[in-house]
Order: sequence, then C-alpha cells, then structure tokens
Amino acid sequence: MAEDLTPPVALSGITTRFGTQCVHEDLALEIRRGEIVGLVGGSGSGKSTLLRIVALLDCPQAGSVRLFGVDAGTASAAELNALRRRFSMMFQQGALFSSLSVRENVALPLQEHTALPARLIDELARLKIALAGLPADAADKLPDQLSGGMIKRAAVARALALDPELLLLDEPTAGLDPLGAAAFDELVLELRAALGLTVLIVTHDLDTLWRVTDRVAFLGERRVLACAPVAELARAAHPQIHAYFAGPRARAAATAAGG
Amino acid sequence: MSVCAEPPTAEVDADRLRLSGAWTLAGFAAGLPEPPADLPVLFDASALSALDSAGALLLLEFEAAAPSPVRWQGLSPRTADLLELVRQRRTPAVGEGAAAAGCLAQLGRAAHYHWCELRDVLAFFGELTVVYARLWLRPQRFRWRPFASNLQSAGLDALPIVGLLSFLLGFVIAYQGGAQLGRYGAGIFIVELVGLTMLREMAVMMTAIIVAGRTGSAWTAQLGTMQVTQEVDALRTLGIDPYEMLVIPKLAALMVALPLLTVFADVMGVLGGMVMAQLQLGVSFSEFLQRFPQAVSLRSFLIGVGKAPVFALLIALVGCYQGLRVRGGAEAVGRQTTVSVVQAIFMVIVVDAAFSVLFSWLKI
Repeated sequence: MAEDLTPPVALSGITTRFGTQCVHEDLALEIRRGEIVGLVGGSGSGKSTLLRIVALLDCPQAGSVRLFGVDAGTASAAELNALRRRFSMMFQQGALFSSLSVRENVALPLQEHTALPARLIDELARLKIALAGLPADAADKLPDQLSGGMIKRAAVARALALDPELLLLDEPTAGLDPLGAAAFDELVLELRAALGLTVLIVTHDLDTLWRVTDRVAFLGERRVLACAPVAELARAAHPQIHAYFAGPRARAAATAAGG
Repeated sequence: MSVCAEPPTAEVDADRLRLSGAWTLAGFAAGLPEPPADLPVLFDASALSALDSAGALLLLEFEAAAPSPVRWQGLSPRTADLLELVRQRRTPAVGEGAAAAGCLAQLGRAAHYHWCELRDVLAFFGELTVVYARLWLRPQRFRWRPFASNLQSAGLDALPIVGLLSFLLGFVIAYQGGAQLGRYGAGIFIVELVGLTMLREMAVMMTAIIVAGRTGSAWTAQLGTMQVTQEVDALRTLGIDPYEMLVIPKLAALMVALPLLTVFADVMGVLGGMVMAQLQLGVSFSEFLQRFPQAVSLRSFLIGVGKAPVFALLIALVGCYQGLRVRGGAEAVGRQTTVSVVQAIFMVIVVDAAFSVLFSWLKI
C-alpha cells in the first residue's frame, strides 16, 4: 500500500463569526496522516465550532477547509458525500439513535452505504462493537439501557462502521470515571495502531493529552496559538498556554505521564 | 488509497489462492468475491492493494472454508496486524434473539403494562390533588407568570384558527340545512338550526378538538422533553414541585381559556351561518338577529360554555400526564404526543356524549 501523504485535514484562513462575536480569525491547522492531534483551549475558544467545521457541519465565513486534499468550499454535493464516508465523528453525548439497538446503530451506515449481505453487515457490526471494547451482550441493548461509558464506546463503534480514515472525537472522556477514561485512551491508541486512523480529539482531559496525542493544538486569541507535542507545549512561554498547563491538575497529569 | 478502488479478486493459481485488488467496503461496491471451489491452503496476499475490517472479515471466512490451516504469504505488517486484530475480536453471530414469546407471555406482559398504567394514573391524580389542596391553603404560591404565558399561548394565539374554523363550520351547517329548509319554505328556521347546533354542541366541541391538537400535544412534547433531559428531576432536587410549577398553571390557564374561546367560536359560527342565510335564503342580518333571542335560549348557550371547563380539564390532564410519563428518548416523546392527542380527542367526544345523555335525563 503506497502511503498517501495528502494531509487528512488542512485548514487555512478560517474566520468564523457569530453575529458580532469573532470566534476564529485567519486560523490555520494541518493534521498529518496517522497522527493523533488534541484540540484544547479555554471555554468559548471555539474548539467545538472548529470540530463542526472539520466535520462539514458548519461553514466558516472565510477560509478554506481541505479534507484529504479536497476543498470543501468548492466541492460538489456528491464529492462532499464521498468525503463524509472517509471520516466520522463521535459526538459528546453519543448521539446514538434512541429507537435502535447498539447493533442496529452500528449497522445503519453499512446498510445505507454498502451492498453487503445482511449476514456480513451483522458480523461487521459485532466486530466494531467488540473493537470498541463493548461486551457482546451489549449489542442488543437500546441506548437508554447503557451506562455513560458504554454509550461512548457504542458511539465509537458506530463511528468506526465504515472504516473511516479520520476520526473526530468530541470530549470522548468527559463524564467517564478515571478507569473508564484511561481505558478509552488505550482504545484510541489501539485503534490507531490497528486501523491506521488519523484522530482529532477535542478534550479537557489532561491525562488524555499526555497519554494519547502526538501533537496538541492550543486555541486562543481566535487562532491556533501553538501546535506542538504536549511536553513542548507545557514549557511554552505564552501566558495563556502556560496558565493552562501550569495548574495543579495539569502538573499532576504531567507527573503521571513522566513528563 | 485511491478513490476508485480496484475490484477485489481471489483466484486459484496452482497451489495458492492469489488475492488482489482492494478488499475494502469501496472495493466491495462492485460485488463480493466468492471463494473458489477447492481452496488451497496457501493464501498469497502480495497483490492485495488495500484491506479494511470488512475485507479482513471476508478473508477470515475464506480461511475458515479452507480444508486445513491456512498459511499466509506476502502480508504487509499492517495488513497482518489488522487481520490478527479482527481474528481476535470477531464474535460469531449468535442465534436469533429469544424465540417469539408465547401467547400467555404476551397476555401477561400486556396485563402488567396496563396495571402499571393504572398505577401511574392513580399516582398522577394523587400527587395533583395534594398539590391542589396545598395551593388552597397557601394561594400565594400560585404561579402567575406561567399561568399568564400559558393563557396567551393556549388562548390568545388560538383565536385566529378557532375563529376561522368556527366561521366555516357555521357556514357549512347553514348551507346544508338551508337547502332542506328552503324546500319547505321554512327558511327562517335557519336561525334555530345554526344557533342551537353551534351554541349547544359544535362550537365547544370544535374548540376543544382544536385545542387538544394545538395545545395538548405541545404540552406533552414540552413535558416529555423536559423529562428526557432530566429537567423535571432537576426541579425536584431543587425542592420545586414540578406539578406546582408545570401542571397547575397549565390546568388553570386552559380552564380559563377554553370557555372564552368557546364564546368566540359561538360568535364566529353564528356569523358564518348568518352570511350563508343571507346568500342562500335571503334572510337578512337584522331578521336573523331579531329572531335569534326567541329561537335560542340563554340555557343553550350556558350548556355549551359550561362544558368547556370540563373539556379543558380533560385536555390539560391528558396532555400533562402523557408528557410526564415519557421515559427514554426522542422516540418516546413522539409516541406519547400521539397518544396524548388521540386520547384527548377521544375523551372529549365520549364526555360530550355522556353530557347529552345526562341532559336528556335531567330534561334540560
């Protein structure tokens, strides 16, 4: 397999405004293939907005969004749909379809987008559920019968359904207990190793940043203040970044990671 | 990975199975490769251009179909990893879910469901009664703001639709009845026909049905969504009774709004009848209005309007009860909203029939 060097995500000149409030101004970010990038920043710094822009849910007022080398601003509807099959997003609350069982949730994109026989779709769905670390008996449960951690895993299983090349995670460990969060970190690493995924994580979880990410993009002052490995970022001189990584919780996470 | 995937193939070549092309979901779009008749035990993956988990799963099925353990050749490290991961994690499909429940089990489940529903209704009424009684003791706890906003949304905002539909209803009644009356030269009796039908029955019923569809459903959806997002639980933990905050003001507002809407519907319905009487039978407005007090007694009007608070109570109770019963997610909200509208309209019509029987007994 020839390695494709087109970056899965390349943003440049992104400007986003809500009314008079400017969220991003001339923002640029590039993610390389196979990389796990964390997206951090204070509340209201536009992390989730940026993630929605990458997921093609929102359009920026200016700037270009290139996914896998395709410019989303000029792409046709068919090209955009083809793009959407190459990435998938895990929403913060899971966004599982409440009327479908976990297995049906995972099988839905397969049924919609492939012509595989039902038997293979069923087995693929079970495989994805197992890959996401859920026990086999969770497959036939409805979302409201699952615990918070299981909902996150089921959401990952659904995001993996079409074997995406890029995975977008919105606060994947928020609301999980420390053990569950640590297991989720391992899951992300394992999936990257096995499936060659590129991952973009929006998170506040400092342990996740230290354990999982290759680089961390720090959002502040309406742009990416820095994008570097977390150990480098923790030593950065910029006051905002310094404040973020110098708090007591950040130091504990750094110590735990041996940083 | 190219956008146009080469089709995946599996061909027997002497002692080996030669795999090539993209064994991915994109590759499978053209069709699934079939395992050849006699599978060799050496799989050659050197020409494999891409593999994803779906492809890996299919390869493992080929492997399982081979007569003896398969040896692999030409696997790239990443492909080998993926194949190994899928091999470890795949869970063979278990048999179909539990067999369809027997008749007896279904009966039992239905009985249990209805028993629970009965208990829920009782609990709802119990809690509502307690809150209501407490409100009598401390009337200053009544919440005027939600009362006023509900009065506006259920009453004032419903005026145009109630007015239009009542006008048309009066119009239609006069049109259908007028044709018959005119034939006997009894055109002036159109006043009795329109006046009695609208004031005693149709105006209040029409208004109640519109309000059930408009307001009852909205309240079920609102309370149901609040239940799903745990807002109702949040109120309880804050020491605020959700019945006092959410249900009582709605109940009170509708019991004020529905009689007023009914009076408005009476007026508009009679107006519709008057217009039609003039157009079809040549009964002028002044003739119509002169005859009206003799034709229609005050009692008929009061009977019609008197039913309105009862209907309001029914609609508000059903709407709020069904809303607070929502458990689960978005789907439950939709289901309960449907149930709410159907039940409310059903009960309005049944109770209206009961009123008719009651009034004929009492000779009113």
